[in-house]
Amino acid sequence: MTTIQHISTGRRLKDRMVQGLVYLAFALAVVPLVSVLWLVISNGLARFDMTFLTHSMRGIGARDVGGGAYHAIIGTLEQVLLSSLISVPIGLLTAIYLVEYGNGGRLSRAISFFVDVMTGIPSVVAGLFVLAFWILFLGMPYSGFAGAMALSILMMPTVVRSAEEMLRLVPDDLREASYALGVAKWRTILKVVLPTAFTGIVTGVMLAVARVAGETAPLLLTVFFTDSINNDPFSGPQMGLPLYVFDQAARPNDTAIDRAWTGALTLILIVMLLNLVARLIAWWRSPARGR
Amino acid sequence: MSKQIQVSGLDAYYGSHKAIEDVSMTIEPRSITAFIGPSGCGKSTFLRTLNRMHEVIPGARVEGKVLLDGDDLYGGNVEPVSVRRMIGMVFQRPNPFPTMSIYDNVAAGLRLNGRISKSRLDDTVEESLKGANLWNEVKDRLSKPGAGLSGGQQQRLCIARAIAVKPQVLLMDEPCSALDPISTLAIEDLMAKLKDDYTIVIVTHNMQQAARVSDRTAFFNLAEQGKPGKVIEMDETSRMFTNPSHKATEDYITGRFG
Ligand SMILES: Nc1ncnc2c1ncn2[C@@H]1O[C@H](COP(=O)(O)OP(=O)(O)OP(=O)(O)O)[C@@H](O)[C@H]1O
Ligand SMILES: [Mg+2]
Repeated sequence: MTTIQHISTGRRLKDRMVQGLVYLAFALAVVPLVSVLWLVISNGLARFDMTFLTHSMRGIGARDVGGGAYHAIIGTLEQVLLSSLISVPIGLLTAIYLVEYGNGGRLSRAISFFVDVMTGIPSVVAGLFVLAFWILFLGMPYSGFAGAMALSILMMPTVVRSAEEMLRLVPDDLREASYALGVAKWRTILKVVLPTAFTGIVTGVMLAVARVAGETAPLLLTVFFTDSINNDPFSGPQMGLPLYVFDQAARPNDTAIDRAWTGALTLILIVMLLNLVARLIAWWRSPARGR
Repeated sequence: MSKQIQVSGLDAYYGSHKAIEDVSMTIEPRSITAFIGPSGCGKSTFLRTLNRMHEVIPGARVEGKVLLDGDDLYGGNVEPVSVRRMIGMVFQRPNPFPTMSIYDNVAAGLRLNGRISKSRLDDTVEESLKGANLWNEVKDRLSKPGAGLSGGQQQRLCIARAIAVKPQVLLMDEPCSALDPISTLAIEDLMAKLKDDYTIVIVTHNMQQAARVSDRTAFFNLAEQGKPGKVIEMDETSRMFTNPSHKATEDYITGRFG
């Protein structure tokens, strides 16, 4: 015996209350984000000029005006690029193995477990590992490449997890459609599964890049730092934007503090720019454009 | 180019669950064979054993023999990929590749299987789309995504994709179940046309459709839930629908159970 009932006042009230709570939670989450952005932009704009983008800190003391982060920008770009070159292929292949070949067997469960463990590695530990193994044990010099290795340890689990998720979203219907055309499994993966998951994988890689681009501790231990331009990531100390911010912010003079703010702003802009590029690639490859 | 299929003593398993048992039948070339039977009796499973798609599912396996013009598809050194190239399949739900245009969808089988010249590809795509009665509707938008077509058009696109690789046999698992009557008729007409060149096997829940399009019909059933499905009888469609030799067939066809 059910009849159509009106929404009771109690439910209406509860609905309103929960709605209010959700808005409040959202506002609370946005406050730090907006205030950080606001601080960085307002403080960073002062020194955001051509000198900053094209000059290094060579021969410039903390108290001097001028100086820039060119060496740090180059370093960050090279280190992030190198670490992507290391971790994206390995991460993607791992994800492909887990989704397409692993079948939940022993090996794939073990891999899954270690990926989870890797996700939990603190970034200092990744840096310490490269320091201990690559620099102290093998006797290699501090270099951008050593930093890239440390960063790729941090990147890899993120890439694996996000790519895995995206590959699992590809419906089995599509794989079967391809098999039914007499296409071999590896070609199916290459030509049907990966293109279908492409946009999502790119987004995942960008998240991983954004995560490591701001890492300071592992760089401190592996690329050391320098005030001069070093274009070669394979030899000698390099700089990175997070290191630059760390270094400048630790000095007591306003000129240095200003440079630190601008460095932070530049870092944010670089990550945003990379994101934009990734979105453009994804858009360009998406079928909805109707090429 | 169409070929005969002979099945003898075929069992199919999902892990330890036996889905079909001891199926034997002959499927004639240049004809349409329909599989009917209640849900869960193993029609799709059996269909998928015919082009070695069954084993794609983890844990699934097959025992028995399937001969394509005398060659055992489950012979020791047979490459499943080459079997599927000869025996095409159309699925219940239309599944065009979402990243590809209409043209690329039809061309997919040929492109993914090796090099082919642009002009020959153009010809094959046009020919296949015409064969699937879709050409007139899409000829002006071949470069648009295949997923942007209506359900019926997508299904015909999938048929075009399947016939573009020129298989010997075409397996269709309830190809019209998601379609309106007009698209269904279009696909039935298409089947009647395709049977000049292909061996066609179709699974359907629609008795009228089986009666309309097929030359021979096989009735699948299972003794009870959890038991493997079996072929109860197989005969000329006209005989099956007027004078079946088993009580169960008659009951199913006249709608008294299932
Ligand atoms: N992927 C699978 N894994 C395990 N068991 C399966 C799988 N697919 C089907 N089965 C089982 O195999 C049996 C036959 O299924 P099948 O899909 O072949 O039936 P069907 O005759 O095609 O039914 P319908 O008419 O509903 O499509 C059923 O008992 C089903 O539960
Ligand atoms: Mg079925």
